[in-house]
Amino acid sequence: MLWLSLVGNPLALGGLIVVAVLVVISALAPLLSTHDPIAQDLAFALKPPSLANWFGTDEFGRDVYSRLVYGARTTLYISILVTVIVAPIGFVIGATAGYLGGWVDTILMRITDIFLSFPSLVLALAFSAALGPGIENAVIAIALTVWPPIARLARAETLTFRHADFVVAAELQGAGMGRVLLHHIVPLCAPSIIIRLTLNMSSIILTAAGLGFLGLGAQPPMPEWGAMAASGRQYLLDAWWLTTVPGVAILVVSLAFNLLGDGLRDIMDPRNA
Amino acid sequence: MSIAQTHDTRSSAGSAVLSGVQKLAKSFAVILTTLLGLLILTFVIGRMVPADPVIAVIGDQADQATYDRVYEQMGLDRPLYEQFATYLGNVARLDFGQSNVTKNAVSSDLARVFPATLELATLATIIGAVFGIPLGIISAVRKGTWVDHIARIVGLLGHSTPIFWLGTIVILIFYAKFGLIPGSGRIDVFNEGLVEGPTHSLLIDAVIAGEWGVFFDVLHHVLAPALILGYAAMAYLSRMSRSFMLEQLRQEYILTAKAKGLGQRAIIWRHAFRNIRVQLLTIVALAYCGLLDGTVLIETVFAWPGLGQYLTSALFFADMNAVLGSVLLIGIISIAINLLSDIVYRFLDPRTR
Repeated sequence: MLWLSLVGNPLALGGLIVVAVLVVISALAPLLSTHDPIAQDLAFALKPPSLANWFGTDEFGRDVYSRLVYGARTTLYISILVTVIVAPIGFVIGATAGYLGGWVDTILMRITDIFLSFPSLVLALAFSAALGPGIENAVIAIALTVWPPIARLARAETLTFRHADFVVAAELQGAGMGRVLLHHIVPLCAPSIIIRLTLNMSSIILTAAGLGFLGLGAQPPMPEWGAMAASGRQYLLDAWWLTTVPGVAILVVSLAFNLLGDGLRDIMDPRNA
Repeated sequence: MSIAQTHDTRSSAGSAVLSGVQKLAKSFAVILTTLLGLLILTFVIGRMVPADPVIAVIGDQADQATYDRVYEQMGLDRPLYEQFATYLGNVARLDFGQSNVTKNAVSSDLARVFPATLELATLATIIGAVFGIPLGIISAVRKGTWVDHIARIVGLLGHSTPIFWLGTIVILIFYAKFGLIPGSGRIDVFNEGLVEGPTHSLLIDAVIAGEWGVFFDVLHHVLAPALILGYAAMAYLSRMSRSFMLEQLRQEYILTAKAKGLGQRAIIWRHAFRNIRVQLLTIVALAYCGLLDGTVLIETVFAWPGLGQYLTSALFFADMNAVLGSVLLIGIISIAINLLSDIVYRFLDPRTR
């Protein structure tokens, strides 16, 4: 059913295909790459695209195509890790606030609002500055900025079901809060939270790339698209491919997640179609 | 009867005023707690830094006695809540400490760089709203046509493009290849310092001073970064205004207006648009806050001497006072913008009065 609707929505299907390709590339990176992504060869520095180096070489003579392929792993690693951290935290905070109401709700939502009041990249910047550069810290910093909208959504969804008959019935049978949330609320919130997480993927990727661009994400020599684009800026005039290629990769992947999320929303939540 | 009625209306008007005051007090309390939370957050971030703040001040060559003295001077031997109270007191006096890089007070640095960011972000918001909102409305009215599809693609592309990359490509094409735009900065060197106006916005100051040469020079500099940021804002605004408009067009009053033979233009602009004005205001405010994010990256790319560039260079030198001061300023601005949009919202929407 879901599959058929996806096929009927070519843009969303395209997004899904690109995401699938990204996963395959990450999984098969050692097979797909033509060179060692971190092996330097200064004699071959800044070579334009050719048959040997499909996307040219960077300032250390590393093959840009191979770095791009391995960079897919970094991107996927960051976005999946952030999502896995953020989904349960956001859900628990939001659903608890919505379920219990009262002062618990007030306090939790105030905290959420405080985090929401910062522009996300600036907050992530501040956290990564404090924690120090590095990919794990970037993941933590991004996760700290991504959970509030999820919590908001989970709270709103929980509120709509809070006094539904099936929830009251479960409570009358003695179900505690954990059981009600896990068995009755989670399945109903899941579609909208999944849509939100899919749409979030794109902003996670862009924030991660932005951090990498500023030198706060993955550290060299690890291949990361944002950092690759940043290092190419110094050689912009002589080696356009250094900045262009990773930027296009970021654009394509984040566009794919947006198209997929949009399509999923059209299918699962027809109100917004 | 009539007396009773007048009495009734008067008392209900009185209670309405009272509830208005209560609402205002409540939103004021909300702002205060958010502000406090913001301060706690920046305080905690400042204490999380792995680098020793004492070493950052005295260098690693100093002896133990100096270290201990500075440690005490900085109040690091005090309990955390006392340190936080000191921090609050300092912030209240607009004292964010000294920048380790520029050696100036962070507050005076911020006052120097902020107008440049404000000018860029404001211009970008205006560009985004002027193009984005009509685009969203047109694509809602012509839903499902090619206009709608193109608008959707343009919007999604704006959502997905890494803004620092777009800036770099624009520099590569329009500055390096064709020489159409200045690659960096806010104003040409030979025009620098020519206008010193009251607003610190170079564009407005140049107009006030009547220096049209300077005005066009500044406009030339601001155009590329403002258009790129404006494109990002436009993507968001067109998407949102499309869905707001679609919601209105589904309502029955639109059907009524059509049935009584009103023209399409009147239906869209006089009826539907009037009802989404307030929502549009809220999202324009949100877009403005979001642009503060984008300016950090775009200022780095275009060497725009604003808050974003100040923040990133401070990050680069682990200058935490400057970082936290900038972050706090951005947070406070976001709160202020949201508060402002809330107030205007109440003013425009009769239901919230």
